[in-house]
Amino acid sequence: MDTPVTNLSRRGFLISTVGTGIAFSFLTACDTREASADTAKPFEPTQWYSMDGAGIVTVNVIRAEMGQHVGTSLARILADELEVPWENVRVKHVDSDPKWGLMVTGGSWSVWQTYPLYSQAGAAGRIALIEAGAKALGVDPASCKASNGEVVSGSKKIKYTAILAKGGLEKTYTPEELAKIAFKPVADRKLIGKPVMAVDIVEKTTGAAIYGIDAKVDGMVYGCPILPPTRNGSKVNSVDDSAAKAVKGYLQSVTLEDPSSTVPGWVMVIADSYPAAKKAAGLIKVKYTAGPTANVSEKDIQDHGSKLIADASKGSVLPTGNTNTAPVFKAAKSSIEATYTTATALHFQMEPVNALAFQKDGKWEIHTGNQWQSLVLPWLATALAVPETDVVMKTYRLGGGFGRRLNGDYAVGAALASKAIGKPVKMILTREADSTFDSVRSPSVQKLKMAFDKDGNVTGMEHHVAAGWPTEVMAPFFMPKGEKDVPFDPFAINGANHWYSVGAHKVRAVSNDLANKTFRPGWLRSVGPGFTNWALESFIDEAAHKQKMDPVEFRLKLLKAEGANAGTAPNSVGGASRQANVVKLAAQKAGWGGQLPAGTGLGLATSFGQERDMPTWVACVARVNVDKATGKVKVEKLTLVADAGTIVDPDGALSQMQGASLWGLSLALHEGTEFVKGNVKATNLGTYTPLRMADVPVLDISFVDSAEAPVGLGEPATTIVGPAIGNAIFNACGARLRHIPITADAVKKAMV
Amino acid sequence: MASFKVNGKPVTVEAEGDTPLLWALRDNVGLTGMKFGCGIGQCGACTVHINGKAVRSCLMPIAALEGADIVTIEGLDPKGQHPVQKAWQALQVPQCGYCQSGQIMQAAAVLKDNPNISDAEIDAQMTGSLCRCMTYTRIRAAVRQAANAMKGA
Repeated sequence: MDTPVTNLSRRGFLISTVGTGIAFSFLTACDTREASADTAKPFEPTQWYSMDGAGIVTVNVIRAEMGQHVGTSLARILADELEVPWENVRVKHVDSDPKWGLMVTGGSWSVWQTYPLYSQAGAAGRIALIEAGAKALGVDPASCKASNGEVVSGSKKIKYTAILAKGGLEKTYTPEELAKIAFKPVADRKLIGKPVMAVDIVEKTTGAAIYGIDAKVDGMVYGCPILPPTRNGSKVNSVDDSAAKAVKGYLQSVTLEDPSSTVPGWVMVIADSYPAAKKAAGLIKVKYTAGPTANVSEKDIQDHGSKLIADASKGSVLPTGNTNTAPVFKAAKSSIEATYTTATALHFQMEPVNALAFQKDGKWEIHTGNQWQSLVLPWLATALAVPETDVVMKTYRLGGGFGRRLNGDYAVGAALASKAIGKPVKMILTREADSTFDSVRSPSVQKLKMAFDKDGNVTGMEHHVAAGWPTEVMAPFFMPKGEKDVPFDPFAINGANHWYSVGAHKVRAVSNDLANKTFRPGWLRSVGPGFTNWALESFIDEAAHKQKMDPVEFRLKLLKAEGANAGTAPNSVGGASRQANVVKLAAQKAGWGGQLPAGTGLGLATSFGQERDMPTWVACVARVNVDKATGKVKVEKLTLVADAGTIVDPDGALSQMQGASLWGLSLALHEGTEFVKGNVKATNLGTYTPLRMADVPVLDISFVDSAEAPVGLGEPATTIVGPAIGNAIFNACGARLRHIPITADAVKKAMV
Repeated sequence: MASFKVNGKPVTVEAEGDTPLLWALRDNVGLTGMKFGCGIGQCGACTVHINGKAVRSCLMPIAALEGADIVTIEGLDPKGQHPVQKAWQALQVPQCGYCQSGQIMQAAAVLKDNPNISDAEIDAQMTGSLCRCMTYTRIRAAVRQAANAMKGA
């Protein structure tokens, strides 16, 4: 039996038919098509896929399915290079196992990170099959090509299945050889870039799709937690469940002892049905010693952020080249400065967080929806006081991810409750508890400055950002270092390190420690750029107006594709010129510069998406109408253009752009809450009001045709819609907004 | 305890009368297509048909349903090919899919009552169903496509 290839780059690439035969033993509830019943030894050239004797290819996918149809797009990358018909491909969402390496679904990384890996894996398998096929046909491999599950040489051909039947297919590639494998010419692609029905669509229209909340096991009881008065540091002093005992089905209440400090102060109410657990929870009286943040307000957090920004010794300065801005501002002919803020925002994913936990044959099984198994596994192991190898996570469909389930903290509550009572526990948070326990998008304070010379050229820029840092709190090992080796959270500052050429450029990220203590800051769809680009693109617009320049012309002048902004292969070929291109295209498509009715305005914003190493070039023009009497804003149309390199699944890409852009609109106009006494104020739909259909504008979304490396599409559009709307409001009525969410009241007050 | 019909079959649920239909269906009857979202009837993920009308099952106690005729997403069409489901599939509406059973049940009930629905009515009738993936433009188009198909049939 061969050992799994745990790291392709170190251990080489084993092509062998001496497979383990286990590939089909653990199909999870996520699988959408049944595995083949074929019993021949599979061709398992890498751990990423196997091909059985019937030619059915099962692709192992470590990414969670949360609406992005990720299995479809990733499997098509591999199948295209392997040259197998799509109808023979199955997608398998695998359980956690150290052999997969880092298991995370976020950052809009899935296609970008997997594309080279799966292209190589598929191509290597194809080459091995061609060599074996050539031998079987008695021809020179150079005369052969693979197509549609066959090796063809002139008039001779042999099916992959026939090659597998002969056995003895074995070849090892060194990493150097692997790196040299040539991918198919773009013109020969049969799956990448072609329309397809995603494999998870039908099950999501019939009620058949199984999510974490649907997980079941014999003998399970239901858990509903009572949350403490603060996220951190509260202690339970007493639990009085005398009134709950009258609830039929109520079993017991457990004060969780958590060595991992993930769910401090939780009391889990256990019953034989969920309604009984919930009803009992409402009748139980818990006395606490509250943690130190019990009186913290949104204003406290934001005031603290402002104070931190004013202290130049705080934070980390990003390595953006020349960061010495002080002399530039001193020498400047003129300058502009502005402060922007964003409010706390909830994930409010449709499926409240939940988990089913139980011990079976000495191992802990955690059945749940999760985006970052590698992050929560150590917490679970610490909480349960077992080695990590004794915990397996079975990942189900996610009823929305949006970053909430990158932080798997909730699973710890279910696991501890199960351990305490010795039974499988199915825990579901009420919506109100889900919101209270959410890892919210931190409120932020941002200060921006720009310097100009006597000719109006930009000579320097500063962008200071204070916010809660999710990565510092939960995954400090993930933080890169800035100047003087001071670490920073890229997911709380990315976006500020833009592709505009502005001369001296200082970008400073500051961790708001009061935010970090009060709540567990979260990664929320588009993370840092979701708020940094609100400030940046509003500010660029303000700077353009100050210089009496058209905001599109002003941006194009700064997007020079020179020096650090010239771009590098393979991910950012063309650099800022590609951002300039989407700006021009979006402006053109939206009729920039044309006549508009009174009270109507266009506004543009652009971005490179999530991070400089993976730029997704996007631009948006928003068309809004402002009722000058009330300040009410109606978004009439959003025109978006994206250059995301190669598009693998065109309809999936479009749906991500549609969802991401409307998220941007929702965060800008419809969402937002505030901390009051240490907790978020809005906990359900009566007060937290995401976008609904009645307020959905016309969307005009297009992609630049490109064969460059594919990059991420789940988030970038989210970052540009808010500032495009803000800039459009300014053009419609002269009101400059510097806070999101934007309210009618704020627009009215800002009108001049 | 309460007795009613679910997808054409008689069912007796052994649970407290104030048990919301949502949990009775999910945990007693074993149908999980409809989902728990907000628990206050404002997201629509739990929508089922009760005597032909779209109802939020999270707020409906089973004691009020004696003898009722209940249809869930699993029973909307024996093959999952109701015109609304077909339109949803053709336009690839679902992303995460969690709200979509509720969206489809809402749309199916609305179109049954109003096959000549206007665009404004689609917005008004569907706006109570939250989709956090924001598939709204596709829902809009799919309801229109289903309406056209149902009129043609």
